[in-house]
Amino acid sequence: MAEDSFLTDDFLRQLINVGEVDILVGLPTHNNAKTVGSVVRAIQSGILNGFPRERAVIINVDGGSRDGTPDLVTGVSIDDMRPASNLYALRTLHSITTKYGNSPASGVAFRTILAAAELLRAKACVMLSPESTNIKPEWLSKLLRPIYREGFDLVTPTYQRHKFEGLLITNLLYPMTRALYGKNIYEAYAPEFGFSGRLGTQFLGQDVWTDGTDGAGVELRFTLAAITGKFPICQSFLGEKVHIERSSADLVPALRQTAGTLFAALDRDFTVWSAVAGCEPVPTNGTDQEVLLEPLRVNRKRLREMFSSGVAELESVFQSILSPTTLAELQRISRLGEDECRYSAELWVRTVYEFAASYQKSVISRDHIIQALAPLFRGRAFTFLTEHRNASAGEVENSIEKLCLEFERSKPYLLEIWKPRE
Amino acid sequence: MRDMIISELTQALHDIARSFAHFLPRFIVMLILALLGFVIAYVARAVLRSVLGLIKFDKLSEKAGASQLLSKAALPSATEVLSRFVFWVAWLGFILLGISVLGILGLQDEIARFFLFLPRLFVALFILFVGLLAASFFSRAALLAAVNANIPSPKVLSLAVRSIIIVFVLSVVFEELGLAEQTMLVAFGIAFGGLMFGLAIAFGIGGRDLARRLLEKQVVRGKKQENEDELSPL
Repeated sequence: MAEDSFLTDDFLRQLINVGEVDILVGLPTHNNAKTVGSVVRAIQSGILNGFPRERAVIINVDGGSRDGTPDLVTGVSIDDMRPASNLYALRTLHSITTKYGNSPASGVAFRTILAAAELLRAKACVMLSPESTNIKPEWLSKLLRPIYREGFDLVTPTYQRHKFEGLLITNLLYPMTRALYGKNIYEAYAPEFGFSGRLGTQFLGQDVWTDGTDGAGVELRFTLAAITGKFPICQSFLGEKVHIERSSADLVPALRQTAGTLFAALDRDFTVWSAVAGCEPVPTNGTDQEVLLEPLRVNRKRLREMFSSGVAELESVFQSILSPTTLAELQRISRLGEDECRYSAELWVRTVYEFAASYQKSVISRDHIIQALAPLFRGRAFTFLTEHRNASAGEVENSIEKLCLEFERSKPYLLEIWKPRE
Repeated sequence: MRDMIISELTQALHDIARSFAHFLPRFIVMLILALLGFVIAYVARAVLRSVLGLIKFDKLSEKAGASQLLSKAALPSATEVLSRFVFWVAWLGFILLGISVLGILGLQDEIARFFLFLPRLFVALFILFVGLLAASFFSRAALLAAVNANIPSPKVLSLAVRSIIIVFVLSVVFEELGLAEQTMLVAFGIAFGGLMFGLAIAFGIGGRDLARRLLEKQVVRGKKQENEDELSPL
């Protein structure tokens, strides 16, 4: 087996002790001591409540924590839960941990969990993020039940979000994935999702582990693999997604994980997405998603300034990536004042498609192409924030829907500029 | 006396005829080598042009920034320049080989030196190309990083990175060619030292305000600034 080469002997021994399971909970960690305890308790409570008769295991894959995270995972006893919940598991709930390195690498962690799931013949698996501080026990049922009971192979989450949260998802990843792959999946790149052992084994055998990216955006690749493999997919509404503190410097890594992964997948999946027309809805348990409208102070001025200076400073880079018409239009709007500057949906879609085509042709270093998208995304974010400052939830949803349709409408343009495979 | 003159003249004529008879076949061989060299060089140019076209050498050269340099100097594309260079080097090599067949004393040493120089020339050209590629890559990386980190004057930073790499590459190229090694070493030392000194002064004097702002930002953590950090992109 392929996994023999990277699973440690100690981890294999632990897996042998566990034996076959029905439910597997994957928990990748790295210095999450502050939150991991409550996450493990929520998992245990979720299993006691939703799957008391099933054989279950929590697998913690740690990227070299120095704050004792793995000890906290294995130290939380299920007995602590019982008096409070008055529930009893009829099977032993195992909790095991392994370390894969000294720095976090989501690809390695996910691969380890997939390999463990295959060895333990897990029927349904769920990946949870230790950073989700508001994780609820019912999340497990919501992500696992459609797989365990209803025959789905992938369950992606939908969340309650503020209208300005996750702009990279709403303005790029969701509309582009939907337009090209023809599936209405809101969160194709999510830290929490459920999947079947069948899908996990199929993905484990794919050649995605040795491309030198350290598995950046592996969750998105997994979703795309489920779509292209025609596995049954559904969505479950989980509730509020707690904001994780990020600095502005996180935008480029976020672009690598989303836009970079998607652009790379487009090259591989050309035969699939080039033949897709329209969009199929994906069954959703609960509401599609909820939009919060509470006031939020955002420095739009800074976004516009970074957009304008980025367009001016990176002209030589954009000349390699964008068509002269698109670049000229970007330069025009970047010189406009705060009140007039609008990065329209049409121009944004054309920009993203030209970036995707340039990425495929590798006109310059692929990573540089992704980095060059950051100032333009700030411009689009500025426009989105400005246009929806006082918008209602319905208006925001309509606007995102229009953007999705624009991505669909412009798909022939992407096919036109796409380099045919030699 | 008359007989002696006639005899000397006859001897001289014989010598000339012998020399000519000795030289003519060598000259013919030289012409054949030159002609053969032309054909081989021509074929080599055509083959190289096709290979470079296949591997999209022009694109690579564009990425390296070599194409821009060539167009500024009103030269053709990188593929064309390299093909022509190989053609002339190959043909010149055959011509020099032909000349060496003539057996002209003194020239042979120069020709041997030329052939010994050729590998160094190719290595130097390779270093130059890779160096330009690296300069282009790292200057672009610096530009993008500076723009995304909102650092002032990103183009200056990018240009500084490019200049440092190009100066370093040129010094290595000249050393490889064995041209003015000492001069280049000293020039590189002065240029590099000057640049670093200049940067140190520039950051020391010009960056005082920036340093103060950074320190204030780190030390004085009062009310949270309103900025895009409050928005999660994912």
